[in-house]
Order: sequence, then structure tokens, then C-alpha cells
Amino acid sequence: MDFDLTNEQKAIRDMCRKFAREVISPRAEELERTEEHPYEIIEQMADLGMMGIPFPVEYGGGNGDWVGMHLCIEELSRGDILFGAILDITTSIVGQELFAFGTEEQKQRWLIPIAQGKELGAFGLTEPDAGSDAGATRTTAALEGEEWVISGSKQFISNTGLDNSSIVIITAKTPRDSDGKEIICTIIVPEGTPGFQVGEKYEKLGMRAAATHELVFNDCRVPRDYLLGDIEKGFAQHLTVLETGRISVAAVATGLAQACFDEAIDFTRRRLQVDKYLSTSQRIPFKLADIAMRIELSRNMYLKAAWLKDKGEKHRLEAHFAKLYGSETATEIVAEVLKIFGPYGYLDEYPISRYFKQAKLWEIVEGTSEMQRLIIARELL
Amino acid sequence: MDFGLTKEQKDIQMAAREFAQGEFDPDVALELEKEGKYPFEIWNKTRDLGFIGMHIPEEYGGQELGILDNALVVEEFCRQNSGIGMALGLSIFGSEMILRFGSNDQRKKHLPSITKGKSASSLAYIEEDQGKDFASFKTTATKTNSGYLVNGNKSFVVNGTLPGFVIVLCQLANSEKPGEQVALILPKDTDGLVATEMGGRVGMRMLKIATLSFNDLEVSHESLIGGEGQGQNQLMNYLNEMNIGAAAMATGIAQGAFDLGLAYAKQREQFGRKIGSFEAIRDKLADMDTRIEVARLLTYRAAWHFDNNDPNPKINYMAKMVSADTALEVAKDSLHIYGGYGYVVEERIEQFYRDASMVDIIGMPGETDKSLIADQIIGKI
Repeated sequence: MDFDLTNEQKAIRDMCRKFAREVISPRAEELERTEEHPYEIIEQMADLGMMGIPFPVEYGGGNGDWVGMHLCIEELSRGDILFGAILDITTSIVGQELFAFGTEEQKQRWLIPIAQGKELGAFGLTEPDAGSDAGATRTTAALEGEEWVISGSKQFISNTGLDNSSIVIITAKTPRDSDGKEIICTIIVPEGTPGFQVGEKYEKLGMRAAATHELVFNDCRVPRDYLLGDIEKGFAQHLTVLETGRISVAAVATGLAQACFDEAIDFTRRRLQVDKYLSTSQRIPFKLADIAMRIELSRNMYLKAAWLKDKGEKHRLEAHFAKLYGSETATEIVAEVLKIFGPYGYLDEYPISRYFKQAKLWEIVEGTSEMQRLIIARELL
Repeated sequence: MDFGLTKEQKDIQMAAREFAQGEFDPDVALELEKEGKYPFEIWNKTRDLGFIGMHIPEEYGGQELGILDNALVVEEFCRQNSGIGMALGLSIFGSEMILRFGSNDQRKKHLPSITKGKSASSLAYIEEDQGKDFASFKTTATKTNSGYLVNGNKSFVVNGTLPGFVIVLCQLANSEKPGEQVALILPKDTDGLVATEMGGRVGMRMLKIATLSFNDLEVSHESLIGGEGQGQNQLMNYLNEMNIGAAAMATGIAQGAFDLGLAYAKQREQFGRKIGSFEAIRDKLADMDTRIEVARLLTYRAAWHFDNNDPNPKINYMAKMVSADTALEVAKDSLHIYGGYGYVVEERIEQFYRDASMVDIIGMPGETDKSLIADQIIGKI
């Protein structure tokens, strides 16, 4: 047993914490309000090597590990979860999918700029009628000569429509050569491909600066070698990297809960002075004790899952535990802290308001809590 | 024991429901919510139809009915749209201070303006860094020959920038007995009073919530409610009564959120089935409905006590806390049933979630109430 972080992991955590405090936090309120994409912050993150931590140097990465990557996600999310969310998608999911299943050419072309942070990747799984039931994909890909012809639409796809959006990895149905049976494959579609339309940005409850769009594919053609990995195993490949995405979601939720807790501690110290209840007051201090305990448990769970992943061990259950516990905990903590703050927490000029609007999302994205429980239960039974 | 509503109450409930269904246009509501605009047109109609101030005697422009009748109306309004419902329900905020503790002249002078005229009442009692028992205010009333000179600042004044009167809680500056408080009625458009709208917030966005600053504002003796030294007591009594209204709003918000979640569960298909046919969702809906029933029972009971000249502060508190918790939990679960769509503003459920986030700050702050109830239960030890 060893709960220590390596020197490198500590260095990443400390750098990201400082960056979140000095660069991200001061901008968080404004980003949520103006809904503008923070290109310049992403650029700085790229310069500091935050966008490709787990990938080898030759692919533009930092030669680090997934524990380091997730410490980075948590710390940045403490400043604003937007940055954890961007990293989750571009690095944990898209970068990893390219790294794990891509051809050398695909890695050279798309992984390197993603790992360097010069470009952002997106993944397109969800459709209007394929949410929790991700296998119900309707988007189709048909091979015509040397081209894939893609038709259909994807929904709630983040990291899209930006100046530096590079590709979206989509799932699509295609008939199998041998018997014509429908299988799901994954295909790389670069932004700007004719027939690939980025729709209106969604107006959302929270995390409004996230570049989330509907994507429409209408006779969209990409070369045959844009197929990612094994044509038969597209869906399975996607699910493999989504396992890491769950760890990332847990790290995001932990960062959000921690940020909320930090505010609550400051606020309570001030309140206790006003109310002069210091020696007898228990209601709020006890609540804070519970909150601190739950955050620590959330953190330990995602770190354990990442640690198992780094060791190359099975971590499916742990990733689900981390996501489910971390996201539900974050929502509950924010509601508690909102109460601690009273009316002031309600105002957009205080961060609790933003946290409240951002928190619920993590119980929904990358598998609702119901899907987490379903998969955990299946694994157990 | 009788749990039924009278025929008249059922008629009122139905009239309010039909009115809200007919008049609260969803597109208009989205627009008002987005722009943070007060629902003036709907407000005018509700007043013309006698929905405002059901419990205020006829001679002051009300319907001379009970708190329960008022609660039924407010519940139905909030059920249809949480934002419009709260704006209408709170348009007479604080006026019961006059109804219960004011002189006949004060009632005649002020109450018809809010039931029949185009005024919205305000109660200014929240200050920055204030103790939770409202035992002292920084806003002062200095006695003069003709009345009082008011100085100070109040925040979170509901309807603060709408025309009408405001009741201001002040500390008597030159009182014989230190700590004596007064409640003074004054018009909002007075020299020496500056109202500034407070910025964006989680929910209740249609309401006009303001900070008021009073600078050597002169008011006459006639503006004093009751006697000197009664301010805090009047306020605590009123806020406790207001818990019933807040409970009714919360119950309505919970019901409205539930209606949306239920409809969605019956319509949305995943895995080839309506999601409402999955046990996890069915159980969730059953739990939500159970909680709403509990909240409603407590709310009606609190109103019933009040209308039967047996007001029960403990039940008022319990009704609000249970209803407020229920509203938030139910809205959260309903949004969750929507999955990703729940996060999209157009789907409306996110508004219920935001509006449900802090219903317990209306009326007596939850923690103050809890302390008072604990005092009452435990007594001296």
C-alpha cells in the first residue's frame, strides 16, 4: 500500500492548482456569463503541457500517467469545471482513442496537435434517440469506393465549432462486408468536411461557455482510412476509453466540490464571527465535516481507478464507483453549501450560484447515474 | 378530522389552475425568464380577477378568504411556472405586517394599493453581516419632532424597484432602551431612498430584487406600525406566517417539476421501451409523488391551523422545510429523468430546478426557524 504521489505527480498538481487560482478562477464568472470560449487560457495550458500528460513525448505528450492527468483535471476544475470538461473530452477520450486504436498516420496527423493542445478533439456518440441507449445509433456510414459516406446527426457534442476544433470521432452503423449485418464502427471526421454541419450552440443551465452543439452529417464524405481501429469493434473501443472518461468526470466533480467547500469554509469563518456562536455552533461545522469527508472519499476513488489504469489492471468497477459517487456527491454538496451561504449564495456574483448550475450535469454526462448502477450491478451479479 | 377542500376551495383551485394554464404562455415565460422581466401583464390580470390577496378582507380590496385559499392559488401558479408563480405570490410580500399589526388607517391607506392598485409591497429586513435572529439592525431611525429620520442599507428587498410601499425595519437611534426596533411604512418613490436592482442569480429571475439605501429619509409618526420596540417581534411573527406561503410555492414548484418529469418519462424511449417502464424510473416517480403529498399535507395543515385561529409556528416551519426540500429533490430528479435534455433551457425543467434551489430563504430563514423550533421543543435544560 502506498498513498504517496510521485514527485512528478505532486509537481503537476501544484502547478495546476496555482494555474487554476491565478489564471482560471479570476475569469470563471465572466466565462459563464459571456459564454465565450477561453482560447488564450487553453493556449497557456498547452504551453504548460497540460493537454497531453499521459501520452509519449513522440506524440506531443508529457510521458506522464493517468494519475497525473486526473490530478490536473481536478485542480483545473477547482478554478472552473469548463477546463476539466475540455480535458476529459480532448485528452482522456479522443486523444486516448487515437493513441490506443489509431494508425501511425492517424496519430501523427491528429493525436500530436491534440496532445500538444493546439487542437481540441470531440467525440460524437449521443443522438436524439440514442442517449443512455448509446447502441441505438442511427447515424450511418456506407463505404462507396474509397470513401465513407456519413448521414445522420449527433447531439450535445462539446469541443465543436471552435477555431481550433480538429476532429470528431463518431459512432456510426455500417453493414458488415461478410453478411450485411449492421455493426457500429468509429470514424474520424475533421471539422470543415463538406456535408458536416455544426448546428446552433445549446443554451444550457450551466457551463454555458462550453462549445456544445448539434452536429449534422449530410452526405458527408471522408477517406476510407479515416476509420478508427477495428471496424467490428468500434463501439467496444469507444466504451473502453469512456471508462477513462468516467474517472475524468469524477475528477471534475471532485474539483467542483472542493471549490465549493473552499468557499464554504471562508464564509463560515466570517459568519461565526458575526453570530458569535463560535463555541456552541455545530450545525454548519458538522455539515462542513461531512462535506470534507465526502470530498476526500471522491478523490480517493478516482485516484484509485486512475492508479489501477496506470498499472494496466482492470478498473471498470472502480471507474463507475468514482463517477457515480463523485457526481452525486458534488450535487449534494453544492446544495448544502448554497444553504450555508443563504441569500448571498444565490447571486451570480458569488461562485456558489455557478457551482449549483454546473454540478448536476455530471450525474448525466457520460452515462447517467442509472447507467452507472446498471453496469455496476451487472458486474456484481 | 376532514382532509377535503370545500366546494369553494376546489373552485378556487380549479380557477387558478385554468388561469395559469391559459395565461402563462411557455414562450412568454422563457422570454421573461431569460431577460429577467417582471410579468406585468399577467400580474394585472391576476389582480383584476381577484387572485392577489385572497386572505385580505374585502374592505381592503381582498377576497376575505383564508390563508389556505391563498396557498391553493399560489401553488397552482407555481405549478404552471415556478418563476411567474413566485413573482405573483410575492407581489404582496410583507403586506401582512400591516394587515396583522397596523392600524385601521394604515390598512385602508396601503392594502388596497396592492390588491387593486398597481403596487407591489416590499419588506426591507435583510442587511449584510446580520445575525440570524434579527436582534439588531444597522439601519437606524432617529426620532424627530414630526417622525423619524431613516439611514442605512437593506439588501434582498423583494419588489424593491416596483412601485408601492416598503416596510423598513430599523433600530431606534435615540431610544431610551437600546435595541428597540421599529417597522416603518414608506413609499418607494421617496427622496432619500435609492433602489438598485441586484444582479443575476440562480433562480427567481423575474422578481425585482433590490438593495435599498436610505439617506436622511424623513417619515412621519403615522408610518410606524404598532408601537416602538415591536419591530422585531412583528417581523418574526410575519416571517413565520410567510412560511406557509413559501411552503405553498415550494409545493407548487415540486408538482410542476413532477408533471414535466412524468410526461417526459411516458414519452421518451430508450432500449426500445418508454423509460417510464423501467423500475428505476418508476420508483423514482413514486418517491417523488410521495414526497409531494407529504409536503402538501403539511402545507395545508399549517394553513388550516392559521385559518382556524390556532396558528402553529412549528407546523409552519416544518411545512416550509419539507416543501422546500421536496421542491429541490423533485426538481432535481425530474431534470435527471430528462437526461441531457434537462440541461437545455428550452425544455423548461431547468427553470424549476433553479427556482427550487432556495425556496427556504423566503420567509423565516430556515436555520433561524430551526433554532426557534428547537427552543420550543426542548424548553429550558
